[in-house]
Amino acid sequence: MSKKLRTRKHKVVLNRSAGGDAGISVMLILLGAFMFLPMVYVVMQSLKPLDELWMFPPRFFVRNPTFRNYRDLFMLMNTSWVPFSRYIFNTVFTSVVGTVGNLFFSSLAAYAMAKIKFPGGKTMFKTVRMSLMFHSTVTAITSFIIMSMLNWVDTYWAIIVPAWVTSLGLYLMKQFMETNVSDAVLESARLDGASELYTFWVIAMPMVKPAWLTLIIYSFQDLWNKGSSIYIHSEQLKSFNYAIGQIMAGGIKRAGAHAASLVIMMLVPIMVFIISQSNIIETMGSSGMKD
Amino acid sequence: MSKKKAVIRSDMTRAQWTWKEMKRNKVAYAMVAPYMLLFTLFTVVPVVLSMVVSLTNFNLLEIPDVVWLDNYIRLFLDDDIFILACKNTLIFAIIVGPVSYLMSLMVAWFINELPPKIRAVVTLIFYAPSISGQVYLIWGTLFSGDSYGWVNGILLDLGLISSEIQWFQNADYVMPLCIVVALWTSLGTSFLSFIAGLQGIDRSMYEAGAVDGIRNRWQELWYITLPSMKPQLMFGAVMAITSSFGFGGVVTALCGFPSVDYAAHTIMHHLDDYGSQRFEVGYSSAIAVVLFAVMIGANMLVKKVLSKVGQ
Repeated sequence: MSKKLRTRKHKVVLNRSAGGDAGISVMLILLGAFMFLPMVYVVMQSLKPLDELWMFPPRFFVRNPTFRNYRDLFMLMNTSWVPFSRYIFNTVFTSVVGTVGNLFFSSLAAYAMAKIKFPGGKTMFKTVRMSLMFHSTVTAITSFIIMSMLNWVDTYWAIIVPAWVTSLGLYLMKQFMETNVSDAVLESARLDGASELYTFWVIAMPMVKPAWLTLIIYSFQDLWNKGSSIYIHSEQLKSFNYAIGQIMAGGIKRAGAHAASLVIMMLVPIMVFIISQSNIIETMGSSGMKD
Repeated sequence: MSKKKAVIRSDMTRAQWTWKEMKRNKVAYAMVAPYMLLFTLFTVVPVVLSMVVSLTNFNLLEIPDVVWLDNYIRLFLDDDIFILACKNTLIFAIIVGPVSYLMSLMVAWFINELPPKIRAVVTLIFYAPSISGQVYLIWGTLFSGDSYGWVNGILLDLGLISSEIQWFQNADYVMPLCIVVALWTSLGTSFLSFIAGLQGIDRSMYEAGAVDGIRNRWQELWYITLPSMKPQLMFGAVMAITSSFGFGGVVTALCGFPSVDYAAHTIMHHLDDYGSQRFEVGYSSAIAVVLFAVMIGANMLVKKVLSKVGQ
């Protein structure tokens, strides 16, 4: 086989035709534009002065960028009857307490399921894995009944406690522990007389940092992006995301402020992802389902 | 304090042995207990409860009567809007599920050979829409019904249309637009899982493949890459299917509820309508059970199909 070998940076590249490379690049750029341009448009809208927002024909890019819309947004926030800081507190509080609890409960259970063999452990994991297969709307109505029986409707608990036990969190953590925590190390710790709880916290947990970072981020994003909830009626307990949605409801004149609010809301998850990307990808390496 | 696994002895029944094993692993049960208790309370019980309640006419006010399958009969024979919702949900899921799955896989594959720094940036660009909360509302601005909406503005300016199109109020456009927006937000967990799966493949397999006569990247993809990342393909499919059935929120935010002529009415909307607005809990539980069955069924089906990859 006397095929001419292609090289890329002096390394031989197998099975890669130049035509294929070009075709893939074009596809990638087209898809990338589809994904990226709306995001750019949000930012552009948020920076447009009033006359550019209501210009015909509309322009995609801003010509005289201004932060006026952001100023307007903060002004609007100050006019709400529940102080805006309260909405921010609600979201931050539920996000933090929900995330910490999720990390603790999920990894504790994940450790036992991944590293201790006990009757029923596999069945429990399979049940949790099964629950990845349906969307939570299926259980929305009956969960509401349960929440009212617990008297948790219109309290923080209704948001926080279910967030402690996400199926995806346990699933990813368990899979990652299975491949990344060596049984030999655990066994020798047990032989030295370490308790199971000590082995979990002091030996296993430091080995799975990427997984808990992933779990934190997933849980945080979920809670951060929570809008109105069927469990919460009191204005004082509603989320930042909900309150910001109300700005849009204030009418068409607020288009600029609304775009500014979307930018602020998306900034946090995007920053968090930038910081943690490599850890998340590492965790996903063991996310596969084997049977 | 070394622990020995209980040995199965001839004088022991299987039940006795299990009991012994359970006692030996008390700590393990203590560790899973908090999670499993709450998980049961907020996931398992609601599913079972829906199945039970769906056989009654519970409405939160009166003491419920058992009506057996009446709710289901009413759903399938007497509720035209439910049938429409089923149709819409299936169209939605059948397009969004596979397309988003293939898009995630293709993009992950395309960017796999980019240098790490560039790959990280491209990953962010594709992943960002799915984590940015309500940023999809920008599609409402892009396709706004007045002439200041970008799409209408451009089309008017070019003279392609003579008056503004009410994109999200027009039964012809609502469904396709919602599908586009859903696709836009759909490169989520499965996408990241594929990137990781591709990164984890042993490079020497490709070299061996080239020696064994694999001649182009497509053969390489089918015979080496995809079979090596089957577990990720499976996981990605579950995530894609589940979310392809769960885009109701996007539709409501963009088209309002109910959508014009119920053109984008999905089972989720129907469920919400009867459950949290009309309080027909029994009836809405029947809807939930149907949705549950459809999702689980779709997952099982796709699992079967995926086990054929690379053969």
